[in-house]
Amino acid sequence: MKIELSRQKVHNEFAKKVELISGQNLFACYQCGNCTAGCPVAFAMEVGPHEVIRYTLLGLEEEALGVNTFWLCASCLQCTSRCPKGIDIARVMDALRMVVLRKKDRKDHIQIPEFPEGFLEKLPQIAFVSGFRKFLS
Amino acid sequence: MGDNGGFVKRAMVIGGGIAGISASIDLGNGGYEVVLVEKLPSIGGRMLQLSETFPTLDCAQCTLTPKTVETGQHPHIKLLTYSEVESVEGKAGDFNVKIRRKAAYVDWEKCTGCGLCAQKCPSKNPSEFDRGMGMEKAIYTLSPQAVPNKPVINPSNCRYFKEKKCRVCEKICPVGAIDYEQQDRFVEERVGAIITAVGFDLIPKESFGEYGYGEVPDVIDGLAFERINSASGPTTGEIRRPSDGKIPKEVVFIQCTGSRDPERYVPYCSRVCCMYTGKHARLYKHKVHDGQAYIFYMDIRSTGKGYEEFIQQGMEEEGILYLRGRVSRIFRDGEKVVVWGADTLTGKKVEISADMVVLATAIVPQKDTKDLAGRLGIKTDEYGFLTEAERKLRPVETDIEGIYIAGCVQGPKDIADAVAHANAAASKVQGLFARH
Amino acid sequence: MDYLYFPGCTLYTKAKNFDQTARDCSLLLGFELKELKNWTCCGATFPLSTDNIMALLPPSRILATAREEGNALTTLCAICFNVIKRTNRLIREDGEKRDKINNFIEKNYQGDLQILHYLEILKQNIGFSQLKEKAKKPLAGLKAAAYYGCMLLRPFEEMGFDDKERPTLFEEFLEALGAKAIEFPYKIECCGSFQSVGSPDVATECAYKILGSAIKNGAEAMVSTCPMCTFNIDHKQSDIKQKYSGFKPIPVYYFTQLLGIAMGLDYQTLGFDQNAVDPLPLLKEKGLL
Repeated sequence: MKIELSRQKVHNEFAKKVELISGQNLFACYQCGNCTAGCPVAFAMEVGPHEVIRYTLLGLEEEALGVNTFWLCASCLQCTSRCPKGIDIARVMDALRMVVLRKKDRKDHIQIPEFPEGFLEKLPQIAFVSGFRKFLS
Repeated sequence: MGDNGGFVKRAMVIGGGIAGISASIDLGNGGYEVVLVEKLPSIGGRMLQLSETFPTLDCAQCTLTPKTVETGQHPHIKLLTYSEVESVEGKAGDFNVKIRRKAAYVDWEKCTGCGLCAQKCPSKNPSEFDRGMGMEKAIYTLSPQAVPNKPVINPSNCRYFKEKKCRVCEKICPVGAIDYEQQDRFVEERVGAIITAVGFDLIPKESFGEYGYGEVPDVIDGLAFERINSASGPTTGEIRRPSDGKIPKEVVFIQCTGSRDPERYVPYCSRVCCMYTGKHARLYKHKVHDGQAYIFYMDIRSTGKGYEEFIQQGMEEEGILYLRGRVSRIFRDGEKVVVWGADTLTGKKVEISADMVVLATAIVPQKDTKDLAGRLGIKTDEYGFLTEAERKLRPVETDIEGIYIAGCVQGPKDIADAVAHANAAASKVQGLFARH
Repeated sequence: MDYLYFPGCTLYTKAKNFDQTARDCSLLLGFELKELKNWTCCGATFPLSTDNIMALLPPSRILATAREEGNALTTLCAICFNVIKRTNRLIREDGEKRDKINNFIEKNYQGDLQILHYLEILKQNIGFSQLKEKAKKPLAGLKAAAYYGCMLLRPFEEMGFDDKERPTLFEEFLEALGAKAIEFPYKIECCGSFQSVGSPDVATECAYKILGSAIKNGAEAMVSTCPMCTFNIDHKQSDIKQKYSGFKPIPVYYFTQLLGIAMGLDYQTLGFDQNAVDPLPLLKEKGLL
């Protein structure tokens, strides 16, 4: 699990893209973990939101995009509302989603044909409209 | 007009905490007359509220009382307590200071300090000195070792002032010292130099919505914990939690509550919380051996002599669990206080059902510091602390010749640094006097 | 007074009970909800990517056309409220985006529409004391837990609805109707939202914690203002029961359904057939039918 850092790796194109889409300065994060501490779905995440931000800042694209963290984000904005450095973490999570969904291979995060029978019919429109926007490319 | 071409070599020190006291004693020992003005009924300041001080864990009162007594008895120090500076005119060597001596409703000339009045007073009110952890009477002295040991009546708590009833203190006083007709009076002092050492306050815990807006009784601040731990405090030093008096077995301490928080509270570091939180956890463990202390921290700033060793000892010998992360939310759940924090070293979200939570709230200037600065004609910074003449090279002077600052009013610092600061201010005054 | 009204897609169908009861109650309270002539889905989520202007078009169009019809718009669904209000502010403050959007939708909207949630109308324009007077059948003895969720409250700087850590508006509403409002710590925690599509188990767990917290503090019913929240904490109670066999379901009402009961409307017009957990037994028990 050793990583090698250099000025090419730190804050690389991947990190800059995330910053651009989210409009947030990843260097401002001092890793206090407040976001993770208050996140309602952190219990199911492989790593907390603060850790994904750390991976991104260090330029570790594979590690950052390989976890389920940002897919589980419900955009409830609790993290954003309590961040002492004023970082909009929910935007960073969404930016990570967008980085994946906008890739050339356009891989959806959820596969509609795989939904169980009658699943979509039960859901209110509000659920799948927002869901599809967050999970489909 | 005086000698030396009119340059008065008397000093005024505003603020009777450890910084004010240290400066006064230095100047008094240097042969100069000092007028020490303190707004509370007796001197001692914040240090008087502490139980033990880091890193030695000396009893705060035992270290402080010799100094307060020395100040009270010093031939060159004129003690004006329960007094506030009303206006300041003039310049270095020739300041005219008008001081309001607040009505104590007790004749201090007659009072012998016997304490019967406070004993018999029927009116109990939450004590600000005890940070709401205990009660004080309407007629009170701040502590058993108060200097001067003379009580005052707080008219907003007194049944006579509110409803024209009671008057027990007047009846019981053996020397007839109670005088409800007293008024504030004004005195003037002419001095050549002024040292402002009015100290600090803490952000009230009521400011923190995510921590319950101060309404969860077992969530207290650091000073309140000091009072609980004090032998002279509301629980005679037993660690008992405010809601039901039970001994807490799971205590969570939270550093950086409001500090280092540019988005929501104050951006700066309050400098002393790492040390006093480590101290609190150690003192807690000394008294509650089977309790667990958790400290949520972002960094540990332990820069003084013996400080780092003190912190490490706390971890190694007392088994204090340091969790690196902030706390997002605290709420009440039945008898427990639920704490949602993070341990960023393992990356995990941490939940603790605590019995008591101690918040290390940010250090801020007192509410009236800005006013006082205005009267003195000196500047405050964007947070309200008094501004020094130059950040690195002139830490105790202001832009006005003859007016100096000492202690936490200039910025958060621990006792050793406050004393050094005060000594420096005193030496600047002596230097000023020597030049005239 | 009349207010322009944006129902949102779900209130037209799966949450028709929410929409209908709101309209019926407003008439009793002296105002009318005038549905916008032309409206589309708002998008169900405010785009958090700064470069996604397409996602801003639906809510912008709603705002622009609403502004042509009046100057105050109200909505019931908390998510729609959030999307529309945040878009409104963005248009007001970001000149570059405003121009791009106006160019595309061929309107000239400046962001000056007032956006109100139905509860804000009740508080500010009708007044809760009026509500109390008009409550023919106060909900005496009903221990109801108001569930705010996220979108009403956050981000506070843009929503300005109530204190984001300790809101009280919803409880004041319930107390005005004579119910006993139950405070519980999870009232501002997320129900899981669209994760009921992406990771349904996670949403189930969120809902379980919220309901558990409310029940632990004495709640007999939940009160909601969002069809997404209602789906997660009402309809998914069957999923919760599957995972936690000891779980006892409690009914979830839209706040306008309770308002309807208190105003004396016939309970059969309140769309209770769309509620998942049977809402009638509790009301019968309390003698509120």
